Amino acid sequence: MISAAPSRDGWGRAMVALGSNERTVLLDADLGKSTRSIWFRDAYPERFFCIGIAEQNMMLVAAGLASAGYAAYASTFAIFTERAFEQVRNGIARPNLPVHLCGSHGGVHTGSDGSSAQSIEDLAIFRALPNMTVMHPCDANSAEHLTHQTITLTGPSYMRTCRNASPTIHEDPSSLKIGKGAVLRNGPDVAIVAVGVMVERALAASEVLARAGIQATVVDMHTIKPLDTKLIQSLSKTCGAFVSCEDHSTIGGLGSAMSEEIVRSKPCPLEMIGISDRFGESGPSEKLLDSMGLDVDSIIAAARRAIERRDGV
Amino acid sequence: MGRVVDAPSASPDFLEICEAIRRCRVRILEMTARAGAGHPGGSLSAIDSMVALYLTQLRVRVDEPKWADRDRFILSKGHASPAMYATLAEIGMISEEDLLSYREFGGTCQGHVDSKWTPGVDFSGGSLGMGLSFGIGEALAAHLDGSKRVIWVMLGDGECQEGQIWEAAMSAVHHDIRNIRVLIDKNRIQNDDHVHLQMDLGDLESKWIAFGWAAETVDGHSIEEILDGFEWMNQVTGPSVLILDTVKGKGVSFMENNPKFHGMAPSEKELDQALEELSQ
Repeated sequence: MISAAPSRDGWGRAMVALGSNERTVLLDADLGKSTRSIWFRDAYPERFFCIGIAEQNMMLVAAGLASAGYAAYASTFAIFTERAFEQVRNGIARPNLPVHLCGSHGGVHTGSDGSSAQSIEDLAIFRALPNMTVMHPCDANSAEHLTHQTITLTGPSYMRTCRNASPTIHEDPSSLKIGKGAVLRNGPDVAIVAVGVMVERALAASEVLARAGIQATVVDMHTIKPLDTKLIQSLSKTCGAFVSCEDHSTIGGLGSAMSEEIVRSKPCPLEMIGISDRFGESGPSEKLLDSMGLDVDSIIAAARRAIERRDGV
Repeated sequence: MGRVVDAPSASPDFLEICEAIRRCRVRILEMTARAGAGHPGGSLSAIDSMVALYLTQLRVRVDEPKWADRDRFILSKGHASPAMYATLAEIGMISEEDLLSYREFGGTCQGHVDSKWTPGVDFSGGSLGMGLSFGIGEALAAHLDGSKRVIWVMLGDGECQEGQIWEAAMSAVHHDIRNIRVLIDKNRIQNDDHVHLQMDLGDLESKWIAFGWAAETVDGHSIEEILDGFEWMNQVTGPSVLILDTVKGKGVSFMENNPKFHGMAPSEKELDQALEELSQ
């Protein structure tokens, strides 16, 4: 049986481990039970600061701690990091302070809370900020491993995690590196590049395609910024056709980041699977993804379209 | 060994402080006039307390701006950058030549205070409402470090319309932060008009007290009252706020209480008149 866990659990475990360093502090805005920052609070109460339901304040308190030499982490729901966007922009990214944000409950995968809680634009807005590293791991293991690496960053970062369980993709995440896409499957016909909960669906689509004689490369592009442009350039040459898959708006996220690189290096077809300029709604995660065109069949159809466009069919 | 500003043993006398403030007023006017832009009004209202703070309270090292255990001064009303630059030049943290770069491309003195560009600037301002939160982060860090360094934050009165100020005020008391001192330059004028016309703050002192802070109001242009205010803050165990009753554009007759000079530089002719007034 395939194991499954929410990526927020991986982040929470990593924070407890990072807490062994006495320069690590963690702030939360009264969502610690949900983001898993409460695990750090239980282990290191003297270096955990609940800022209350006050995200704007939280961002600058974290900035002040970082400015004084602390490794400052802060978490809340992805959607509420957006509430304090300008604080992140002017108070953290502009002075390039090593504040590491975790936005949990990202995407429509969040489920029944409905559209107010489903951030579908966080990756786009944080990607637009200079100095900012933006990550969206696909499972708990990779979230844990990548969070460990944030301590080495000299500037700020944003990581989106998910509320609900998703299957383990990386049984051994030790080879993962921030900024380097992870190739999960090799195939010459089309490159399906995915983030977060869509990695599992990309793999499922690749298996169906393989049975039809189409061999796809599948990439877990856990770091959206800085994008692994070398990998994109290489896949432009070997596959020459792309599909991007994200539980995020098709405006500004992974697909946009890929298209920016593809058009400036070696232009080739890119089909985007993502949320097309609309808000979510309440419902079970899988049903929501399916209803918004983020289902396996849609990925398969997109792969075929990308191949046809490349081949001029 | 460069100059170390150590309070209170190295405190200068009143006349020295007053003369330093007069020099800083001249710098503010010359900087903004040269740039043809900037915020002279709120710089002239804040300059007395800012200079007094640097000359009598702040433990900073001119030859080591990033000294880890320095006291912090966070200018949250970051548009009053001419006051900050004038003061940093006064203590020798930056040069008089640096002041020529105010608002120039590549200049040490950026339009709004920026920690990336100017030695002695601890906080990148320019967007109102953020400095107190940053100061609380610095204060928590000092506490974790076991340091007695003090975090001073200067806010504007108009700035207190920002909700984040009150989020921060609440959190300082909740987290029992003792090493933070807030100065409010209450000059009664904001960008478009007088504060009471834009969004009346009501009884500002009572609001801070209601949030659990110790609060006092002094004449922000009386050195004696400002210094007494600092001493009062140093005696308070919890977070404290000193409301400085000030006049926007203080020291120049046609700038005083004139909303026009919130964000407008004096012309060449106005500069001449202003400098003439300050020389008397």
